[in-house]
Amino acid sequence: MGLLSDPNRRKALTGLLTRLNTPICIVCYLAGIVWFMGLAFEPFTLRTYMSENAMGSTMVEERFSSGERALSLAKEFDAHKRKAGGMPVEWLVKAMQSRGLEVFTQSFSRKLPFPDENKERYMVRGTNVYGILRAPRAPRTEALVITAPCSPGNTNNQAVALLLALAQYFRNQIYWAKDIIFLVNEHDLIGTQAWLEGYHHTNITGMEYSPLQGRAGSIQAALSLELSSDVITSLDLVLEGLNGQLPNLDLANLFYAFCQKLGVLCTIQGKLQRNDWDTAEGYTHAAQTMMLMVLKQACGRSWGDHGLFLRYHIEAASVRGINSFRHYKTDATTIGRLLEGMVRKLNNLLERLHQSYFFYLLPSLSRFVSIGYYMPAFGLLAVILLLRALDLWVHLGAPALAAVDGVTEAEQPSSPGVLTVLTPVVISHLTGVALYLLPVHLQEMAVEHFPVSETEAVVLTAIAIYTAGLALPHNTQRLLSGEGTEQGWKVLKLTALLYLAVLLGCTALINFSLGFILAVTLVPITASITPHIALYAVVMVLLSPAFTILYCVFIYQELIEAPVSVSEGWMLFLSVISQGILDHALYGSLVYPLLALFIYPCWLMFWNILFWN
Amino acid sequence: MAAHRCGLSLVCILIFSSLAHPSSCDTLEKANDNTAEKRSISEVNTDGSVAGEALNERQWQSTDAEVDRSDSTTHSEALTPAAARDEFQEELVIRPLHSGDIYASFQFRTLWDTDFLQEGQKVSHYRLFPKSLGQVLSKFSVRELHISFTQGFWRTMQWGQPFIPSPPGAELWVWFHDTVSDVDGNWKELTNVLSGIFCASLNFIDLTNTVQPSASFKPLGLGNATDHRFLRYATLPREIVCTENLTPWKKLLPCGSKAGLAVLMKSEKLFHSSFHSQAVHIRPICQDEQCSSKAWELRQTLNVVFDLHTSGQGKKEWSLFKMFSRTLTEACPLASSSKVYVDITDNPEGELFELSPATPLLGQAVVLGDRRTYSVYDLSRAETFGQLRSFNLLLRWKGDSGDMLRPLLHAERYVAGFGLQTGEIHTVIYNNHPYRAFPVLLMDSVPWYLQLYIHTLTVTSKSRDNKPSYIHYQPAKDRHRPHLLEMLIQLPPHSMTEVTVQFERALLKWTEYTPDPNHGFYVGSSVVSALVPSMVAMRTNFTQDQPLFSSFVPVKEESSYFVRVYTEPLLVNLPTPDFSMPYNVICLTCTVVAVGYGSFYNLLTRTFQVDEPSPPLSKRLANLIRRMRGVPLLT
Repeated sequence: MGLLSDPNRRKALTGLLTRLNTPICIVCYLAGIVWFMGLAFEPFTLRTYMSENAMGSTMVEERFSSGERALSLAKEFDAHKRKAGGMPVEWLVKAMQSRGLEVFTQSFSRKLPFPDENKERYMVRGTNVYGILRAPRAPRTEALVITAPCSPGNTNNQAVALLLALAQYFRNQIYWAKDIIFLVNEHDLIGTQAWLEGYHHTNITGMEYSPLQGRAGSIQAALSLELSSDVITSLDLVLEGLNGQLPNLDLANLFYAFCQKLGVLCTIQGKLQRNDWDTAEGYTHAAQTMMLMVLKQACGRSWGDHGLFLRYHIEAASVRGINSFRHYKTDATTIGRLLEGMVRKLNNLLERLHQSYFFYLLPSLSRFVSIGYYMPAFGLLAVILLLRALDLWVHLGAPALAAVDGVTEAEQPSSPGVLTVLTPVVISHLTGVALYLLPVHLQEMAVEHFPVSETEAVVLTAIAIYTAGLALPHNTQRLLSGEGTEQGWKVLKLTALLYLAVLLGCTALINFSLGFILAVTLVPITASITPHIALYAVVMVLLSPAFTILYCVFIYQELIEAPVSVSEGWMLFLSVISQGILDHALYGSLVYPLLALFIYPCWLMFWNILFWN
Repeated sequence: MAAHRCGLSLVCILIFSSLAHPSSCDTLEKANDNTAEKRSISEVNTDGSVAGEALNERQWQSTDAEVDRSDSTTHSEALTPAAARDEFQEELVIRPLHSGDIYASFQFRTLWDTDFLQEGQKVSHYRLFPKSLGQVLSKFSVRELHISFTQGFWRTMQWGQPFIPSPPGAELWVWFHDTVSDVDGNWKELTNVLSGIFCASLNFIDLTNTVQPSASFKPLGLGNATDHRFLRYATLPREIVCTENLTPWKKLLPCGSKAGLAVLMKSEKLFHSSFHSQAVHIRPICQDEQCSSKAWELRQTLNVVFDLHTSGQGKKEWSLFKMFSRTLTEACPLASSSKVYVDITDNPEGELFELSPATPLLGQAVVLGDRRTYSVYDLSRAETFGQLRSFNLLLRWKGDSGDMLRPLLHAERYVAGFGLQTGEIHTVIYNNHPYRAFPVLLMDSVPWYLQLYIHTLTVTSKSRDNKPSYIHYQPAKDRHRPHLLEMLIQLPPHSMTEVTVQFERALLKWTEYTPDPNHGFYVGSSVVSALVPSMVAMRTNFTQDQPLFSSFVPVKEESSYFVRVYTEPLLVNLPTPDFSMPYNVICLTCTVVAVGYGSFYNLLTRTFQVDEPSPPLSKRLANLIRRMRGVPLLT
């Protein structure tokens, strides 16, 4: 710091930084991208290991054997589901009661802000059924949750049946130290959300639900099971939760350990693990897996029922059975054993899962990248903003220093500067607020005047407001000070750069993936923008947040090996926007407000610079 | 203090007024007597059973006669040695539960005919009463002592009310004699001594978890002390009960585990159960009806619930051997009475379960407001053991396990909210009586690290505000004293009453965290004490099997009975530093604060000036000369 407090050396340093600013920024950007891509390279990553002693050293024997019974139960459940035309509540209650559980139900209803066209629902009304297996000689202070969604159609029958079979088997064991809650939820995430809110007696999303009658203390961990076929080829582990939250890495380790032990193929992001890390294919595979995780995490939605548990500090993961054309099949008994083993080890926990990492990326199930390794990639991008800001600051201050007599002169241009900067900031943010509020509130009006459905109305209104934001009067400074000055846009850019740096920094701390993706697209254009170059306007639009989402949609489809045409991609893009708004309204996902209220206005401020003169 | 007493008497008045029985002048005593102990069955029988039972009249009479006789013999036996009138009784009650589980409750009662509370009297002779406890009583001037160790939670919704309720973990409450000057000192020493006697961590009881309830815990024995300065109450919800606590408990019995019912207590079976609770209650009682002399009563109780699913292995069959892996061969020779009771109330025709060997003896008692019928097996008689000289009770289930019960009074508790800053404790109390309202006393003791916002306290029943008629709140002092909240709440009939209070989680000092901070911190059970209208009085349709003249006035037995219900303890997570890498944390934060903040502060507050280059040597020399000459200096 002596370096900075000494004016001469400070001058030398800033001189160096301003002179070499552009090369340094370019190097930083490239280094950030390369660093990030390097994270998937196996020698640079760490091997996963079980940190939690209570789960590592204890030997657990799996004895579950009623897989066949579970499958016949699945048929019975299916029949009852068809007969009831939804969740067979009474049958489930009876089935759980006969297995010696304390059974309770919870009914809930939720009116969506606008119809969900993907899942075809608007007014949702349903019932959750849950049974509590009381641990002998435990005082109802801790619990584990196993949940299976009751989905419409043929899906997930096996999951519910396996849940019941496990309940029956678990009930006859004496070793439980935590109560186990078996939850069958209707309407997937909405049901889970209603149950969780009921359990914790909160109401954050305006759900209507009947209060829960039975509880079992603080929930330590949860597993969600999705299984739609009698045999499976592999099990997929889903970790990404709401707002990009992840469960403790030990939960993933536990799953991996049991898959290894029982010889079950396990995948993450639907991708098997490869051993040839030193070949190009091996690296690409790992990079794709990691990119998928980054994309899924960035979108901030819950990718399974487990995702909503994370808000309540409950470590949770979804286990999804996948049946493909491979020859090697795993039967229900083995899946049951795998779950039994996992639950037994969770039962052995003395404390909440806390030993291992909460912030990580997984290029494969056996390798992980911890926060210490991936943060520099973001840091390298973020430092560009700060360097540019420093450069601007120096340039702004330079004339003042140069003029020996001009203390008053130097201050003069900055006094209208505050107002010229403040106006675009306020206008941009008002546009952001409009983008956040209007689509949902104006849907009725839009439906009246245009021949579109409510969902389309919302999405199209959002896009319209977004586009309208570009056409707003962005030359207010001319009204205020006549001609836009060189000084003026520099001050605005400086403000916007610092604002963006803070925004991205905060986002990356909570959801690294989102922060990183935004940084990759926003940093280059915002760092280099100057007024009045038509090319900039095109690039600016192409790198705007909305286009980032569009690119992400295409990249995601490419990575899951389901490439789409442009028009399909556009439709997907529209549905992603509607899902984003719905996720915010239903589960409190924060990505939509973040984009609408902060990132987009910030981007508009840079857009403003383009039209300065 | 005066205001306090006022409140207290108000409570008592309210409780009394809730009693429908106008003639009960000794209500408190009566209510207390009933607290947890069921009344001795033979007493009820000798009182004369109420006429008009559905069962065989003749059988009843013969039973009564027999019970009478056996009673008189035991009495005469007990009375003959005039020197020491110590007495020991043992009994085991087996109650098949509604859920298909089975409840076994042992009670051992030792009477000690001495009154060492009188000044200057030293007791050195012990017969049946354990010396270790006797010395403790006299040394610390204990008037009453109740201690229980429980593993598991009593599931009221499935099992109904227990004979003796107890909270999970350890509970200790003691009334000291009013001559004690330093109650806190005595309490501290007493807990340490008891900790040694019972091999339990009672030494963790200190001032931070001890409270003095003003109304919830009244003495159960003689004397009507109401000054709660002499009462200390503490729970350790985390205490784990195991064999090491059972062994010293068994050693307090006159026969140890060598003979009598205590041979059944094998730890490998007792702890292979759904619920396990052992307790010791000591209180002064009257030796005779006139209460001319006092005696000490030591009651040791042990309650176990065996699980149908885990130990039944599919077969719905219970036997003493299956439950305890032992059979009975003899009564304790020191016992004046030794009996096994089986609750057959729900099974008058044998449709629910089958009991063998059958017994001609039947007994009746009003337990917890309900009249129950029991099969009685007297172990002091040789024919009980049959030809094999071993008594193995067999109980074969026929019916299905039933749905959940709706006990008249039921309470549960949970923590609402998420995050590590604030939260809300919800206590839900159910009154399932169809038409009677009754008051309950709710007592909550919350550790200081949950900082209660008492202004957020709300009591609602039937979605309307329910104003408690008595509130006693003692705020916590950080690191010194827990919160104590006692309320008298009137529960409307057939209602759910919810008591909520918000709290903030305190940030502890880093040495105050337990070795496993991420497990969470326990908050003890809250205690709901109430006089509940009894089931017998509740039956409105009496005329079915009773003479009309006996059933006009709805109150026949005690109109209400005393019940104490414990809620589940809470496990609350407090904000916890990451202890797994304290070094990193300390280094990082210190570096960030020191380097970042310090230097920025420095940069921001310092004013910078352009440092003029120092003048060349020749100029300085010239200036020196000029200064000496007194002419203006060169610049």
